[in-house]
Amino acid sequence: MRRFVLIAIPYAWLLALFLVPFVIVFKISLSDIALAIPPYTPTLRDGFAEFWAGLDFENFVWLTQDDLYWKAYLSSVRIALFSTLLTLLVGYPIAYGMARAPEEWRPTLMMLVILPFWTSFLIRVYAWMGILSNEGLLNQFLLALGVISEPLTILNTNTAVYIGIVYTYLPFMILPIYATLDRMDGSLIEAAEDLGCSRAQAFWLVTIPLSRPGIIAGCFLVFIPVIGEFVIPSLLGGSGTLMIGKVLWEEFFSNRDWPVASAVAVVLLLILVIPIVLFQRNQQKQAEKDT
Amino acid sequence: MGTKVFAPWDDPNAKPLIQFRNVTKRFGEFTAIDDLTLDIFEREFFALLGPSGCGKTTMMRMLAGFEKPTEGQILLAGQDIDPIPPNKRAVNMMFQSYALFPHLTVYENIAFGLRRGNMPKHDLHDRVQEMLRLTRLEKFAGRKPHQISGGQRQRVALARSLAKAPKLLLLDEPLGALDKKLRQDTQFELMDIQEKTGTTFVIVTHDQEEAMTVASRVAVMNDGKLVQVATPDRLYETPNSVYVADFIGDVNIIEGHATATGEETYRIDWGEGREPLTAKSAQPFSAGQACHLAIRPEKVTITAERPTDADNAVQGRVHDIAYLGNLSTYHVELPDGTIIKAQSANTRRIARRSFTWEDTVWLSWTATAGVLLAE
Ligand SMILES: Nc1ncnc2c1ncn2[C@@H]1O[C@H](COP(=O)(O)OP(=O)(O)OP(=O)(O)O)[C@@H](O)[C@H]1O
Ligand SMILES: [Mg+2]
Repeated sequence: MRRFVLIAIPYAWLLALFLVPFVIVFKISLSDIALAIPPYTPTLRDGFAEFWAGLDFENFVWLTQDDLYWKAYLSSVRIALFSTLLTLLVGYPIAYGMARAPEEWRPTLMMLVILPFWTSFLIRVYAWMGILSNEGLLNQFLLALGVISEPLTILNTNTAVYIGIVYTYLPFMILPIYATLDRMDGSLIEAAEDLGCSRAQAFWLVTIPLSRPGIIAGCFLVFIPVIGEFVIPSLLGGSGTLMIGKVLWEEFFSNRDWPVASAVAVVLLLILVIPIVLFQRNQQKQAEKDT
Repeated sequence: MGTKVFAPWDDPNAKPLIQFRNVTKRFGEFTAIDDLTLDIFEREFFALLGPSGCGKTTMMRMLAGFEKPTEGQILLAGQDIDPIPPNKRAVNMMFQSYALFPHLTVYENIAFGLRRGNMPKHDLHDRVQEMLRLTRLEKFAGRKPHQISGGQRQRVALARSLAKAPKLLLLDEPLGALDKKLRQDTQFELMDIQEKTGTTFVIVTHDQEEAMTVASRVAVMNDGKLVQVATPDRLYETPNSVYVADFIGDVNIIEGHATATGEETYRIDWGEGREPLTAKSAQPFSAGQACHLAIRPEKVTITAERPTDADNAVQGRVHDIAYLGNLSTYHVELPDGTIIKAQSANTRRIARRSFTWEDTVWLSWTATAGVLLAE
């Protein structure tokens, strides 16, 4: 009985907060737009037979007809891939430095990585607008130094989006990599050096492969949410920044086309299922190895 | 085999391969190695023996290049090795913790060092196969370290350090996790490899029997200092201190005061109302100097009657008998409660043993049986 309750709790949670909303969204994606409240038809008020007859896949067909959508999906995946790579390049050295720092410093360093979470994400992105704009801190600083003579246009470009994403998602990359590096036995590097490796070779042949689970976990933790990212591209990106999160927002709130917006969301979810399953597999394999 | 004995340490012209010159190693306030001076010669099988924490691993790590001496110098073939990084030293080390690469198979672990050189592929394969055969790991070549037993892991670590056939091989407790049979076999393999390749071995062990079996010389360490460095037989027969006598094998220590009675012969008074003992010693003692007589149990004879011709004889009662299979150790209690151990070979079946608990017996030994020690 207790076992049943223990298992039932997470399932009930998933059912209420994931499956039910998903079914609702999926239902809306099969409906048609209407000038009503809610802004779609049919609803269950119309009676079951009519309700059933009113559902179709028109909106999904529409997604394939207008090339805005697949371009937005593709662009999102591309931006997510590239920013994941950037985050890895920035995050790995930081995690490595943390793992090599003296024992007594590590809690402090860890704190510094987590600290940004204490202020609202939105405020931090707004802060970046202040830094990156033409009259922003960065440009003023560079102008004062004389490095540049004209302000750089960074805000409202893809560069600003990448900066925002790397900044926001960095902790998700650092923490899993740090966890694997921290666990690594330092004598392995000594053994590699003893067997003739230079420092760099030992890093490449031992440290990198042993931190691979952390790298994979970190990449997924960044890649998955970035695909659907909406706030960063709409605040920092320009008109040229095409991301599916922004398209979704516009369909919902500008066009008030809930059915198409829902269809976009359902397809996004299906796209995300692939990396999520891969991520789960990686975590499971790691857990098996540890026991 | 020539008749010449291998003993470069007695040859004043021999050039040592490794020289520790007044080496001190401190970790913060703590002194792990204390002003240590030592020569190790080429082709030696040098064993470091000592209690846990006495600095054995630290010495190895300095030779491998992972620690730098705080003071003093270490020379390898006459060259100061201080500026040479670990990967450039012709030294391989087997780590006490094995330090196997968890992401590589047994085969790849052993091949790791070989791949760093530019060895032709088939030579490399042959070499790894040879190492696998030597350590009897052929069946496990494809497994990862976490899929094999502790003893197998130890053998992988050994194979990996042997693979490159270095000039100097450092083995930090290489055989601790093996059962007795496999350990003995591996000991002989190691001695064989040493014979064939002329590699110099420095081996750390907790097992004094192992040190005695394999080593050309043994260093007994305590608290970061060398207490005695000598060949196994000299260490056993003529320890320079009670510490060494006690550390190597089983020993009876009798405390008393020495008085010279003749050339290199001393009378030892060891308590009121006890018949004085006689012992020979090349080392001089002043009259009445406190001394310790160390006698190995196997040099003490146990008899029912008092032997007529013995230099020393004491009477006691059998307090305990430890049966070791081929030997038995008799713990004999003297009237004042002192226990003296005597060992004898079990040439007869156990049921027909001459002595049993509570029997009154005589223990005897010759004047040369023991070693007279000042401290
Ligand atoms: N990095 C270090 N920092 C501080 N103290 C250390 C360090 N390495 C070793 N020590 C200390 O130096 C002493 C000698 O250590 P070492 O590892 O050489 O002992 P050992 O003789 O190999 O012991 P065991 O037989 O248990 O392996 C120990 O007291 C240990 O605590
Ligand atoms: Mg040790």
